[in-house]
Amino acid sequence: MSAALDLLTIVAILAGLFFFLAGTVGLLRFPDPLSRLHALTKADNLGLGLIVVGLLPRAGGLLGVLKLVAVWFLVLLASATVAQLIAGAIRRKGSST
Amino acid sequence: MTVVNALDIGLAALVLALAAWTVAAREAFAAAVGYVAYGLLLSLVWVRLFAVDVALTEAAIGSGVTGVLLIRAAARLRGATPALDEPLAPPLRFLAGVLCAMVAGALAATVLLMPDPAPTLAPQAVGNLPSTGLGNAVTAVLISYRAFDTMLEKVVLVLAVVGVWSLAPDACWGGSPGAPRPARPEAALAFLAQVLPPLGIVVGIHIFWVGADEPGGAFQGGAILAAMWMITMMAGLTEAPPVSSTRLRLVLVSGPAVFLAIGLAGVVIAGGFLAYPSGSAKPLILFIEAFMTLTIAATLPMLVAGPPEQPPQP
Amino acid sequence: MNTASLAGITGALLVGLGLFGLVTNPRPLRKLLAFNLLGSGVFLLFGVLARRGAAAGIAADPVPQAMVITGIVVAFSATALAVALLLRLFEETGRSTLRADPPSKAAGDGSGA
Repeated sequence: MSAALDLLTIVAILAGLFFFLAGTVGLLRFPDPLSRLHALTKADNLGLGLIVVGLLPRAGGLLGVLKLVAVWFLVLLASATVAQLIAGAIRRKGSST
Repeated sequence: MTVVNALDIGLAALVLALAAWTVAAREAFAAAVGYVAYGLLLSLVWVRLFAVDVALTEAAIGSGVTGVLLIRAAARLRGATPALDEPLAPPLRFLAGVLCAMVAGALAATVLLMPDPAPTLAPQAVGNLPSTGLGNAVTAVLISYRAFDTMLEKVVLVLAVVGVWSLAPDACWGGSPGAPRPARPEAALAFLAQVLPPLGIVVGIHIFWVGADEPGGAFQGGAILAAMWMITMMAGLTEAPPVSSTRLRLVLVSGPAVFLAIGLAGVVIAGGFLAYPSGSAKPLILFIEAFMTLTIAATLPMLVAGPPEQPPQP
Repeated sequence: MNTASLAGITGALLVGLGLFGLVTNPRPLRKLLAFNLLGSGVFLLFGVLARRGAAAGIAADPVPQAMVITGIVVAFSATALAVALLLRLFEETGRSTLRADPPSKAAGDGSGA
């Protein structure tokens, strides 16, 4: 059981790191701000989700699990809002020039 | 070199690179954004130094609230004429660089030469914990052993608010800080400002409460409560209260006032200024901390909002 | 090299970087940013001493930690006051510079804060 959980942790965190890497590559390589923003928020949210999943078996109790999930939820909320705000600012700037 | 060591070196390199970016960036706005990222990474360094209380404070106040303040200032100063500011002449710049490198080198040498392990007060701090009833030695230092510092620091916060308010134009004295509430708030920000505060208030109070025994406390919890108030103001859901508001002023001074009152009562009851009677130290400490949390939650947004900019409502 | 010494060197370099920004950048807001950088470097040096003072079952001496927490809050208050002064100056004069004389003068006193 514990070996299976360890395996889950390793696989999920590695997958999460892959998505973080993909998001960062997108941020650096994509040409326009909107697609960079898209790559960053989407890939990073998924990456963080996978890392949270990987850490769940190590959270030590239900309270720890809930805290980790709450962290993920808050980051989702914040990054979705910030992406909206930045995209809105880009659009306003684009239409004014 | 172990993996952990490599991660430490990577973290230090990132922190230094962001710090260099903050100094070198052309735009003040970009520099301020870099400073926020820098502060967040620096709080990871604090975690690595096993100073979780400091890491929370650095993330919340050093990076978060300071970041909001600096980004807003940079945004407002965008229209300023940069032509008036000449950079230092290259030879002087070089000289300054050499001198700063020497300062950094001397400091680094001092750090490396200093005794390791360093002299420490940890045994005394831990040894006297039972008399305070607390489990978190950092909170004990803040509210009990070095209570005087913390009380004066609250006074500094209130004085800073007085200083900021005193910069108000005459016509605006007694009015509200910041721009008037927009007719139509930005939808996404308004949504966040409605969903987040219920959660944030719970988290803030939780962090204040667990601060007695675990990392956390009045500063960190108060900063989160302050962030919740700031986000509702930024989203335009609520306006900053007028600076003439008695309630606001009472909240601002409540922390230091309660601290001082209990400190003075200690002279009579426990035989010393800021001494707590044995047995009831913990409830008193939590009582003081509750008011400190309130003061911090009100002071930080007021400092970010700046001096009043609207004429007072009749 | 252990984590504490590494953080100490980081802190020392941060102080150097902050000092450089403070001295060389003529714009007040950038000076303020650099000053905060310098301050956080000093705090980090405190953190190193705290970590090296680990004893009695806790991983870092609580006294420097508490001083840094107080310091971060005081640094924020000072920054807020400075930003308010700067914005007021900008409002009054339309400029965000500390220099009173025309810019044609030699840049010798660019560090005057």
